[in-house]
Amino acid sequence: MIPREIQVVEEKFMKKELPPIEVGDYVDVHVRILEGEKERIQVFSGVVIAKHGGGLRETFTVRRIVQGEGVERTFPIHSPRIAKVEIKRRAKVRRAKLYYLRDRVGKAARLKERRHRREELLAMQGNEQSSEAPAESTSQEETS
Amino acid sequence: MIVGLLGQKVGMTQIFEEDGTAVPVTVLRVGPCTVLQVKTPERDGYYAIQLGFDDKPRGKATKPERGHAKKHANAEPKRFIREIRQDGPVDWKEGDVLTVSLFEGISAVDVTGTSKGRGTAGTMKRWGFGGLPASHGVKRKHRSPGSIGATTDPGRVLKGKKMAGHMGNARVTVRNLKVVRVYPEENLLLVCGGVPGPNRGYVIVRQSKKLRSAPQAS
Repeated sequence: MIPREIQVVEEKFMKKELPPIEVGDYVDVHVRILEGEKERIQVFSGVVIAKHGGGLRETFTVRRIVQGEGVERTFPIHSPRIAKVEIKRRAKVRRAKLYYLRDRVGKAARLKERRHRREELLAMQGNEQSSEAPAESTSQEETS
Repeated sequence: MIVGLLGQKVGMTQIFEEDGTAVPVTVLRVGPCTVLQVKTPERDGYYAIQLGFDDKPRGKATKPERGHAKKHANAEPKRFIREIRQDGPVDWKEGDVLTVSLFEGISAVDVTGTSKGRGTAGTMKRWGFGGLPASHGVKRKHRSPGSIGATTDPGRVLKGKKMAGHMGNARVTVRNLKVVRVYPEENLLLVCGGVPGPNRGYVIVRQSKKLRSAPQAS
């Protein structure tokens, strides 16, 4: 059991609203990078293959293929360096950790897309503000 | 005046600084502590304050414990009572209640606790010995310390030789832990890094000795 005092401390540093990430999501993670004085945003896009830990220490792991080489990055979900997480697509997955993707190459590493429930679509829209509206209609056309 | 308080280790977590660095912290519940006695050279031969932390139910306290707390500070008996040695007269009086806000503005602390007991431990665990090889004819001696000394000269094992024995459950002080945050409303102190002892173990928190000696040197 987590002591109450730890929860009190962690709550002070937690983000109020978390991106509704699930395992199997294709995401764009917007990472703040400090270069001396300047700050810029770098995007890391890939599949969420695992979520780990709880509370302030929760992390998620994103896997992508860069020049034929698999790259995984683990982000603390509450880190101030994570500016934004955009959920691009959701996939139908049957396990909590998608480590089996590491052994797959090319077409075999694809995941089956999941049709979204209404409330999920709304959540994604809220997350991405305006840009999602046209994308939403196109994805429906694809599936029909 | 040396700022020191008694407290309890709550556990560890991590927090994020504004630039995104994750800091590993130990959460300590520090104070409120009652000053049970002020020791002076005239009476006791040295300066110190005796603090009490965490109330003990009266039924569980002995009569001397109840009497001591009541006589000096008119307080409830305490579970954890320790002295904080002082280098001179102090402003605090018997019966004063000290809180964690004393640590505001102090950059580093020394934390004293009782380390987790490991029972009887061999030399590999207790002292980090390498043990003997896994193969090449070594039989049933893989975790042995090997030789413990020379032959007829000196004809005995040197004093202080590191050997197997009881490990842990001893007083340990970790010095110069950075104070990361102070939360007076919740009586919490966050220090960077680990602290001896189990969660819920009692600790003594003092302003760092290194900080104390620094101004005198300059």
